[in-house]
Amino acid sequence: MARTHFTRTARWLHWSMAAMILAMLFIGAAMVASLELRPLLLEIHRPLGLLILLLALLRLRHRRRNPPPALPADLPRLQARIAGASHVALYALMFAMPLLGWAMSSAGGYLVTLPFGLVLPPLAPQDAALYTLLRGAHGVLGYAFFALVLAHIAGALHHAWVRRDGVFQAMAGPGPAPATRDADRD
Amino acid sequence: MSELLPPAPPRWRHLLPYVGIAAVVGALGGAFAWTAGWLTPQRVTAPRLVDTIENGKPFVGFRRAHARGVCVAGYFEPTAAGAALSKARVFSQARTPARGRMSIGGGDPNGPEAMARVRSLALQLDTDDGQQWRMAMNSFPFFAVSTPQAFAEQILASRPDPATGKPDPAKQQAFAQRHPEVLDFMAWAQSAPWSTSYASTAYHGVHAFRFSNEAGESRWVRWSFVPQSPFEPMEVEQRQAAEASYLADELAARLAQGPVRWTLSVQLAEEGDPIENPSQPWPEERRRVDAGTFVLERATAEADGDCRDINFDPTILPTGIAPSRDPVLAARAAAYSVSFNRRQREVARQETP
Repeated sequence: MARTHFTRTARWLHWSMAAMILAMLFIGAAMVASLELRPLLLEIHRPLGLLILLLALLRLRHRRRNPPPALPADLPRLQARIAGASHVALYALMFAMPLLGWAMSSAGGYLVTLPFGLVLPPLAPQDAALYTLLRGAHGVLGYAFFALVLAHIAGALHHAWVRRDGVFQAMAGPGPAPATRDADRD
Repeated sequence: MSELLPPAPPRWRHLLPYVGIAAVVGALGGAFAWTAGWLTPQRVTAPRLVDTIENGKPFVGFRRAHARGVCVAGYFEPTAAGAALSKARVFSQARTPARGRMSIGGGDPNGPEAMARVRSLALQLDTDDGQQWRMAMNSFPFFAVSTPQAFAEQILASRPDPATGKPDPAKQQAFAQRHPEVLDFMAWAQSAPWSTSYASTAYHGVHAFRFSNEAGESRWVRWSFVPQSPFEPMEVEQRQAAEASYLADELAARLAQGPVRWTLSVQLAEEGDPIENPSQPWPEERRRVDAGTFVLERATAEADGDCRDINFDPTILPTGIAPSRDPVLAARAAAYSVSFNRRQREVARQETP
């Protein structure tokens, strides 16, 4: 029987990473603005970024082994395409943002320090031009990531509240459903 | 289950769901814009503080503060007393290479060095455990104000009046009334003796940090680099007659005769001493520990030196040293980062033909 829901693992990865990424985007925005919070936020930003990178690797692997449920057949073709492209972009950013952050730190002459005195090796040589390029990309893509997350939320709620087509439920989970609905599950 | 759904109702029936979606997205977007400071133009953010320092006339490619300086290099040797205070590798490694920068206060890279009231020493110590300690120290023993917002206010109040070319005394007086701690700083600026050299100047970390040792004990400290070179006063006539590059030239001449040294003197806080207020020095009688010696061997012009691309952010600390929640210390990290990003962009542009 065709899958109607994401696996438990996929849902766990999605919702935990959703919270982390959203927190991370707010931390990023606060870090560059706040006069008081930068050192504290940076201490969270770096290990959390690395954690997101590792979880993104796990998640991509899991997705390849457990393809997500198909979109409803009646979904307009353009919408389906936009959904597909936006998911590719979301995955790309989950990898690009931590790697850019790490590389830009190295190019800026900063150590990427983690808790317990751990220090990551440099990912790029120290260089003013390279730093400027990577720092710019990290910032611009951060705002793009937030815009995409908003679009993703709007799309998900559209499925949940307007179309009511089961797409949102596929990720929200089957919920405390009556036992008979177990037949729907794989 | 979608096949069980009734046919889609008319579009207006969806008004409420669409309002709900707009509310969720709008609330998140608004929260983000507020976090980034876009909705509160009056709030002093890090970029706005640096804008205030630049005053629309940045010196392209230079640090926004302490623009004029030289690169220096040498090493640090700890004492056993230092190791008893902090487990940072710098206190157990026999010798740690140091790179740094000596500079004068102010944003003008061509400012006359001998006339600058504030001198500074910035250092980066790289230990063999892969960790790093960056410091940004100044010749003033305490900061002028207690918050970064007051600092921004002070810059505005001290700006030359276009009519007279001098700061408006009324504005300065009003500022001093709102932030009376600045009077202590003004008294220091008036009375502290001027020395003839970067080498015979004391440099103070100003902010409180937490030192933790191997035994798990930790305490609040402030530190100073106390010169081992003897003090010689420099009178106002000498300062006015000096070459613009006087301090850098004097240091180069001195280093040609041999290295110069400072003692790292760590002051230990006692119960009740202000930890988060950099404008309030701790009492003189607080115990001081000699934690090591900084030996300065070489100085090079900044243009060919290796310190130009370092952001001497004093919150970059090794295990065994932690920052306090002094808001001025945090603001240094925030503002230095903005200054660093701006000048690296300018340097990159200058270097690309």
